[in-house]
Amino acid sequence: MKLSLILGATLSLTFTLGALISFAWTPGDVEAVNIAARLQPPSAAHWLGTDHLGRDMLSMVMTGARTSLAVALVAVGLGMGLGVPLGLAAAARQGGWLDELVMRTNDLIFAFPSLVIAILITAIFGPGALNAILAIGIFNIPVFARLTRGAALSFWRREFILAARVAGKGAPRISVEHILPNLANLLIVQGTIQFSLGILAEAGLSYVGLGAQPPVPSWGRMLADAQTMVALAPHVAIVPGLAILLTVLGLNLLGDGLRDHLDPRLRPSRA
Amino acid sequence: MLGYALKRLTSLAVSLLVASLVIFLVVEVAPGDPASYMLGMNAQPDTVAALRSELGLDLPKWQRYLSWLGGMLSGDFGTSYTYRTPVAEMVAERIAVSLPLALYALGLSTLIALPAGIYAAARRGRAGDAGVIGATQLGIAIPNFWFAMLLVLLFALKLRWFSAGGFPGWEQPLVALKSLTLPAVALALPQAAILARVMRSSLIDILSEDFIRTARAKGLSRRQALWRHGLRNALIPVLTILGLQFSFLLAGAIIIEQVFFLPGLGRLIFQSITQRDLIVVESVVMLLVFAVIAVNFLTDMAYALVDPRLRGAR
Repeated sequence: MKLSLILGATLSLTFTLGALISFAWTPGDVEAVNIAARLQPPSAAHWLGTDHLGRDMLSMVMTGARTSLAVALVAVGLGMGLGVPLGLAAAARQGGWLDELVMRTNDLIFAFPSLVIAILITAIFGPGALNAILAIGIFNIPVFARLTRGAALSFWRREFILAARVAGKGAPRISVEHILPNLANLLIVQGTIQFSLGILAEAGLSYVGLGAQPPVPSWGRMLADAQTMVALAPHVAIVPGLAILLTVLGLNLLGDGLRDHLDPRLRPSRA
Repeated sequence: MLGYALKRLTSLAVSLLVASLVIFLVVEVAPGDPASYMLGMNAQPDTVAALRSELGLDLPKWQRYLSWLGGMLSGDFGTSYTYRTPVAEMVAERIAVSLPLALYALGLSTLIALPAGIYAAARRGRAGDAGVIGATQLGIAIPNFWFAMLLVLLFALKLRWFSAGGFPGWEQPLVALKSLTLPAVALALPQAAILARVMRSSLIDILSEDFIRTARAKGLSRRQALWRHGLRNALIPVLTILGLQFSFLLAGAIIIEQVFFLPGLGRLIFQSITQRDLIVVESVVMLLVFAVIAVNFLTDMAYALVDPRLRGAR
């Protein structure tokens, strides 16, 4: 389905651009408090209205996108950076001690309630963007390790790998030169999914006050601030929530679209 | 079968042991001494020391780990540092909210997801299917605590059908259920979206199997083949996801409980973390891990009973 790819890419690009532009310019100052202009509904001057401190919501959403995207992106990078090599190594020596260790550790991490552990980590090491990355990233490692191992195993039985072994290449070289390139599509697709899950997780953590700290704007904290004002000015709750929804939706659609696009077997029929 | 069960049981025990060690170590590195936290900033050092020895915090770490582990095995989860009440009692009190909430949400999500998934699979590629897929995309992308806020805005503040939060206790079961309704809906929606997708793709896979074609060749209509032969087989992966979702809902309500001010397990953990009530954190997290591992074990056993081929595999 082409539509999901186009829609997903458009949404993702919009928010990424918004985040990037916010480094250079925002319609309003996100740190300037203007109580006289508080809780204004969307207007020509403030396209998305103002919050309880009179700050421009559009500017807040743009700067908040920076936090959300950065935290989720680095968390995915952490998960991939550690998970993929572990998965490759485990597959190269299937049934060996490393394989067993990696898989059992994976099972163990999956058994932990991720949100509770994320809250525990951020509470122990102090709230903040960096610890949020750590808390979300840890749970990305087993996802990528398991995916990589499973996919790599199927390649180890293929003729072209046998040919590489006959040519005298060792397991590490085969993993990097022949198996990894074949996993790229799969990893990109899973990456977008984990990216979107990371954004939801970051929003949840900042909502309970354990994500990025003020004055850094974040979508989750905008929602937390809005909670007591939702009856007075619904837009303060609706705007940041929509931002999260549309970003996550965009990434999910992008992931689905990429999967269909990159895997020729999925093109004729979608299951 | 017995050998397989024993093997899985051993691995369950090892997992639990390792998990308990990990939990203990993670919680123990937490900065902030519970004793000085409880006594406040102006406490005398000797008072803090006395409380530390009363709570057993002055013992070596390994000794505290062993006594915690031993206590858990005999059903003694320790005593809360902050409230001075047995952790088991606090957990029991909170489970009376969290368990019904989890079951309520699970029931709602099943009620929405299964019909939606079956409907979509039966109309694969048509408008109805596309509609369900679109709805599930939205359901997966929506942050559940935001959805909860919108529910409060509409049903509690505007229409005044439900209260905006709090829990009155189980003296009046209907009132209690009513106060759990909005939280349950907020929790159920994203779960339902995932479940509907699993139901749909599982049923689509099954409908392309040979035995469905045979059933059709015997003269069953598409609908009859789906209901009589397809559905039962397609439910296996759905049940797996349901098991996982249940353990997730038990702990995953942590943020939803914050939104609705519900005195559940999630809020207990959250409060204990902020109050450095380490023993409560350790014990409740351990219980949740145990729930997940036990559910996985039971799922594996159920599979092995149904499908002998799985007994050899992991």
